[in-house]
Amino acid sequence: MHELAITESLVAAVAERLPDQRISCVRLEIGALSGVVADSLRFCFDLVTEGTSLEGASLEIDEPAGLCHCRACGTDFEPDWPIVLCPCGSAEATVVAGQDLRITSVQVA
Amino acid sequence: MCGTCGCSSDAVLTVLVPGEAPGHSHDEQHSHDEQHSHDEPTEHDHRQHVSAGGGRTVMLQQKVLAKNDDLASANRHWLAERGILAINLMSSPGSGKTTLLERTARDLADVVPITVIEGDQETALDAERIQAAGSRVVQINTGAGCHLDADMVARSLAELNPPAGSIVVIENVGNLVCPALFDLGETARVVLASVTEGADKPRKYPHMFRLADLVVLNKTDLLPYVEFDVQRYAADLRQLAPKAALMQLSATTGDGLRHWYEWLRAQI
Repeated sequence: MHELAITESLVAAVAERLPDQRISCVRLEIGALSGVVADSLRFCFDLVTEGTSLEGASLEIDEPAGLCHCRACGTDFEPDWPIVLCPCGSAEATVVAGQDLRITSVQVA
Repeated sequence: MCGTCGCSSDAVLTVLVPGEAPGHSHDEQHSHDEQHSHDEPTEHDHRQHVSAGGGRTVMLQQKVLAKNDDLASANRHWLAERGILAINLMSSPGSGKTTLLERTARDLADVVPITVIEGDQETALDAERIQAAGSRVVQINTGAGCHLDADMVARSLAELNPPAGSIVVIENVGNLVCPALFDLGETARVVLASVTEGADKPRKYPHMFRLADLVVLNKTDLLPYVEFDVQRYAADLRQLAPKAALMQLSATTGDGLRHWYEWLRAQI
């Protein structure tokens, strides 16, 4: 359950960037290809934030879809995850979106 | 958890040296030295907006695992400066990671120095096996933790102090899920699989296999006794991780081990 460690990293990162400030909302981006389960993170969030400046904060999660770029034909396509295969048949593709796990913003109370 | 940065400093490190009695443990808070700095990164722009609710919105645009990624970069730099090959060895429990490392430590003892970082939730059983095989080893007990992180590896490297030009193998916690997400600063990622686990693992655990530089299929001596379609496995892996090399061996009988040793030499 790496979501627990990830939630701890999230809370520590916010507390470090905004020390001594009460946080009322955290907005996250969890890409569809990031390997992190948003529901698990939500489950951990209340546990981890207890007793911190984030206690009681709401959690808004945006889950952008994955996007790949084919180096053979140059088109962008949504992969049939986990297989990264362009409709043209080439596997020479790079994931360009959907892998991020990012704190986009927070709201200070 | 480290109160300053959230890294998992409650992991316990034990150092074992060949020929010596069981080593010392480090479970105190780690020092926050220059390699593990908590200085505020300056590249971020704290853009602020006043929201309709009266509160202030602060744009962060920060990776959640930025701290781990920064530490991993520091580890990678530290290793590269010394010409050290660091392997992040990952697998499910029981695939034969420690058996492969015991063989490797013994067979390459006169070729290249090998040190090992062992990750397990509890016990120093694996470290004792590696110590008996002649290598210096640090055992990390993660407690409840399901993976190693870059901070644990940084502390272990400081304890091990591996020589320049050597090989460090980081035996991650046996788990095909969580270790995939945490960069340790390794030079290469190796996934060990065994024929007794079944051939469907790459498709079931794609995050782990997608990032592998090498997949080693172990326990091939058991192929006559289990249903395992090697061709199908290789095809699935190629589709998922086109760049990952695949080799077959038996760490128990020694069959195919020379491919593993050749691969290691080619990475140094």
